[in-house]
Amino acid sequence: MLHFTNARLIDPETGTDAPGSLTVAEGMIAARDGTAPQGARVIDCSGKCLAPGIVDIGVKVGEPGERHRESFRSAGLAAAAGGVTTIICRPDTSPAIDTPEVLEFVTRRAREASPVRIRHMAALTKARQGQEMTEIGFLLDAGAIAFTDADAVGTNTKSLARAYTYARSLGALIVGHPQEPGLSKGAAVTSGKFASLRGLPGVHPMAERMGFDRDMALVEMTGVAYHADQVTTARTLPALERAKANGLNVTAGVSIHHLTLNELDVGDYRTFFKLTPPLRSEDDRIAMVQAVAEGLIDIICSMHTPADEESKRLPFEEAASGAVALETFLPAAMALYHAGAMDLPGLWRAMALNPARRLGLPQGRLAIGAPADLVLFDPDAPFVLDRSSLRSKSKNTPFDGRRMEGKVWATFVAGEQVFGHEG
Amino acid sequence: MTFRARHLLGIEHLAPEEIRSVLDLADRYVDLNRRTVKQSDALAGMTQINMFFENSTRTQASFELAGKRLGADVMNMAVAQSSVKKGETLIDTALTLNAMHPDLLVVRHPNSGAVNLLASKVNCAVLNAGDGKHEHPTQALLDALTIRREKGRIQRLTVAICGDIAHSRVARSNLILLGKMENRIRLIGPPTLMPSGVAEFGAEVYDDMREGLKGADVVMMLRLQKERMDGGFIPSEREYYHRYGLDAEKLAHARPDAIVMHPGPMNRGVEIDGEIADDINRSVIQEQVEMGVAVRMACMDLLARNLRAERGAKAAETYV
Repeated sequence: MLHFTNARLIDPETGTDAPGSLTVAEGMIAARDGTAPQGARVIDCSGKCLAPGIVDIGVKVGEPGERHRESFRSAGLAAAAGGVTTIICRPDTSPAIDTPEVLEFVTRRAREASPVRIRHMAALTKARQGQEMTEIGFLLDAGAIAFTDADAVGTNTKSLARAYTYARSLGALIVGHPQEPGLSKGAAVTSGKFASLRGLPGVHPMAERMGFDRDMALVEMTGVAYHADQVTTARTLPALERAKANGLNVTAGVSIHHLTLNELDVGDYRTFFKLTPPLRSEDDRIAMVQAVAEGLIDIICSMHTPADEESKRLPFEEAASGAVALETFLPAAMALYHAGAMDLPGLWRAMALNPARRLGLPQGRLAIGAPADLVLFDPDAPFVLDRSSLRSKSKNTPFDGRRMEGKVWATFVAGEQVFGHEG
Repeated sequence: MTFRARHLLGIEHLAPEEIRSVLDLADRYVDLNRRTVKQSDALAGMTQINMFFENSTRTQASFELAGKRLGADVMNMAVAQSSVKKGETLIDTALTLNAMHPDLLVVRHPNSGAVNLLASKVNCAVLNAGDGKHEHPTQALLDALTIRREKGRIQRLTVAICGDIAHSRVARSNLILLGKMENRIRLIGPPTLMPSGVAEFGAEVYDDMREGLKGADVVMMLRLQKERMDGGFIPSEREYYHRYGLDAEKLAHARPDAIVMHPGPMNRGVEIDGEIADDINRSVIQEQVEMGVAVRMACMDLLARNLRAERGAKAAETYV
C-alpha cells in the first residue's frame, strides 16, 4: 500500500489541479484525500505534482530486427524515467508486426523486459505494403490494440477500403498517417523559404491535408474508427473539424516535437531535427498548440523513433528520420505549460486520458478504482539535457544541450515504483 | 584586408567587407595570371586536395590551376568513381583524407549540406565547390568580380537571373551575394522552376522574360539541366527556348549596355542563342572563366592566411 501526502494532484478527468493526497492499494487507486492506512508506505510529495502516467501512442522499439537501436528493456527504462507508464508500440519493425506469431513474440519479450506497460499495434496490411490486409481478427485475439502501417501510406484505395471495412466489422481502431505519398516523395523538410535557401527538397504542407481528406473519405465510406497519428499543419485543421462535426469516428494526434520546435531549428543541416513529417513553420506550430488547447487535436505523442549515429551522421537528405523522446516528452511538454499555452490538467488530458480512452484502456485517470499508474514530477525543476545520459540505446534527441524545466521524481506502474530520481 | 572565415562553405556566412576583400585580392591575381610567369608562393608547401563527388571538368580544372599557380601541391581525387561506391560514408572518407594532413580541401557533392558536414570533421580549410542545390560560393564571387570589372561597381545594379532558379546553387549564391551588396534582383523563369517561398526572398519575380529584363544592367542565364525535362517541370525544350531562351529580341528589352553572363556549360539553343553567347560586345562568358581562376586563388590565399595564423597561435600556446 502507498499513501501520497502533500501532493499537487493533476486530474485530467475532472480538470482539477489541487493539493491533496492519494492512497494506492492492490495496484489501484483506493482513496483520495483520506488518511494513511495502517502499514502503508507514506510518500511525502512536498508539493510536487502527482498525475496519471503518460500513455504514449506510436513508440518505435527496435524489436524485432533492430535491437541495437532500442530494446524493450531500454525503451521501458527510458519510459519509466520519463513518466510514461504505457507504451503503444508501432509495427514498423523489421519484419513488420503483421502476423499473430510475431505479435506473440514481441508481447512476450516486452512483458519480460519492460518495467512499464507495453501494448502493440499491428500492421494493417502485410509487410505494410498497402495491398493485402493482415489477419485482423487473429491479431485482435492476440492482443493488437490498433492497426497501422505507420508512415507507409498505401495508394491502393481499393485494398485500403476493404481493410477498413473488415476492421470496422471487428471494432478495430485504425491509426493512419495523413500524407499524400506522391507529393511528399523525396522530401526532407517543409517547402518554403528555409527549404529553398538550404537547397533541400521540401514537401508542401498541403500534402498532409490531401492525405487526410482521402482518409476521411475512406472513413465516411466504411464507418471505421480512425486516429490520425500526427496532424502538424494548420491546413489540415478545418478538415479535421469538419470530419468531427460530421460525426465521423475520428481523433487526431500530434508529436511533442511539432508543438515545441519549428523548421528553423534544423539550422545548418542538423539531422537530429529531421522528422517525419518534417518540422513545420512557426505559424503551424502555434496553430497546433492552440488546436491541442482547444481539444480539436486530442492526443500528444512522443513519436519516439530511435536512430543510431551512423544513420544520422549523413548528408541531411540521406540521414534517417525521427527522434527519441520518451525521456524528454514530459519536460518538453512543460515548456507549453510555462509559456501559458496549456494548464497541467489540459496537458494530461492530451497525454494520458484521451489516448487511454481512445484505446479503451482504464488508465489516464486519478479516479478510485483506476490503475495506480502514476508519475510524480516537479514542473519547475531546471536542468540541461545531456544526450549521453539518456537511457534509450539511441541518443538522437533534438534537445541535446537544451535548458529544460520539469523533472520526473518517481514513476509507478500498478502501484509498484519503477523509477526514482537519484539524489 | 578583412577575411575571418575558416572555411568557405557559402556566401551566407560572409560579410560585405569580406566579399570586397576577396574581390580586391582577386583583381591582383587577374594581373598575375595575364603574365607569362604566373607564379606565386602563397600556398608554397601546402597541400590541396580536390574531392569531387560529382563530375565536373571546368570547376575542378579551375581549382587545380589556381592551386598550382599559388605553389600548392594539388591532388585530384576522383571520388565519384572510387570508395564511395564501395559503401564508405562521407565522414569516413573525410577522416581518411584528414589523416593525410591536407591544408585545403575543395569539395563538390550532390547533397545539400554535405560540405558543411565534412567541414565539421576535418582540421583543414574547406572550400565548397558546389553542394547539391545549396551554394556555389566561388561562382558567385567570380560573377561579382566580372560584374565589378565590367560595370565599375557591384552595388545599385539591376541584375536579372533567368532560368531554372529552383535547382540552381549558382542562383542561390548569387542571390545572397547580390542582396548583401545592395542590388536590385529579378528572378525570371517559369513558375515550376521557381523555388518555394520565393516571394520572401527580397527579389522581384517574373514569369514574363521581356517584362523582367526591362532596364536590367546584368543578365545572368542559368543552365537548364536535361533531367528537368524528364521531371515534367517544363513541357518541352522548344517551348522553353521560345519563352525563356535569351535571343537578340529579348535582350533588346534590357539596357543597351547590359552584359550577358552564363556559368557554363551552355546549352546553345535551349537557354541561350549561340550568337548572343559569342557576341563580344555583350557576352562576358569567357571573362567569367578567367575571373574564376583568380577568385579561387584569392579565396585559397585568404583561407591559407587564416589557417597559418590559427596554427601559429596554437603553436605559441604550447610553448607558454
